[in-house]
Amino acid sequence: MHIAMTYTRLRAEERLLLDAFESAGVRVTPIDLRQAVFDPANAGEWAQYDAVVDRSVSLTASLTATRILEGLGIRCINPSAAIRVCSDKLDTTIALIRAGVPTPGVRVGLGAESAIESVEQIGYPAVLKPTVGSWGRLVARVNDRDAAEAIIEHRETLGSVQQGVFYVQEHIDKPGRDIRVFVVGGEAIAAIVRSSGHWVTNTARGATAEGLEVTTELRDLSERSVAAVGADVAAVDLLECPQRGLLVNEINHSMEFRNSIATTGVDIPGRVAAHAVRIAENVRTEQGAIA
Amino acid sequence: MSTTETIQSACPECDAAITFDRPPLNGQVARCPDCGSELEVTCTNPVRLELAPEVEEDWGE
Repeated sequence: MHIAMTYTRLRAEERLLLDAFESAGVRVTPIDLRQAVFDPANAGEWAQYDAVVDRSVSLTASLTATRILEGLGIRCINPSAAIRVCSDKLDTTIALIRAGVPTPGVRVGLGAESAIESVEQIGYPAVLKPTVGSWGRLVARVNDRDAAEAIIEHRETLGSVQQGVFYVQEHIDKPGRDIRVFVVGGEAIAAIVRSSGHWVTNTARGATAEGLEVTTELRDLSERSVAAVGADVAAVDLLECPQRGLLVNEINHSMEFRNSIATTGVDIPGRVAAHAVRIAENVRTEQGAIA
Repeated sequence: MSTTETIQSACPECDAAITFDRPPLNGQVARCPDCGSELEVTCTNPVRLELAPEVEEDWGE
């Protein structure tokens, strides 16, 4: 058994994962994607790996590497299709709606006028988000039409082409917190609640986290969400809506968990490594059957 | 990979000592305890540190 773990920055999470593989007696090789050269027609050195665990902090690097590796027949965790859906808020919304998972209402506009109309349809306050982005970057709550017009004009003028897709989400009047559920191998293994005085309850923006029991409802929603996007490993962010109950907000394909191990008491990297090994074993079995 | 030997390098920003309790890997990030700069290991033998790149638009989880 030989597993590769690809990365672009080796953070605490990646180190914990390497340790988890080593503790399980599994040979693991860390690979800095910035130094890799890919030949889409020849697996070369990559052929020695039974599976590749993608931990790149760069979405572009993740998608590039996993697409090429899958083209070469190498199983990636997560698969490129899951990374693509999770990384794009619109794709995530579509996947959740199709799966019947409750999620905040969304409108999408492709120009300034339709963006304003999207906000008006959602109602104030509304939340404007880039379709691709993380850690709460450029997420804006607009409380009135003046603010909406200002933000939309700024995005149209200063933003990239991608910023011209105006993803407008219903603002959920959550109780100063959101919930994150870690799902590994289709099973919700742990949950935390993230609290903040700021409306963006993201730990990257200073929110604090505590462990939370995985209730039946949390388990059901988070496991269905991750199945909907086809991820092996993911973290599901949920909001508590006073009127509609739990709503799935986002799904993260390359979850951070360093501060959630002690708070939940769950060996998250150990569970991820064990699931990666299961996948790699299945790959070996399938390849053996074909041979 | 594991060892009890500590490895030292210097912060490229303020020259403070940066200590690793085990051999760092290429691309590993560290924070200078003195000036708070975020650093990245760009060479492991000998250990060389550079200022970590700024967060890019497509970074995240």
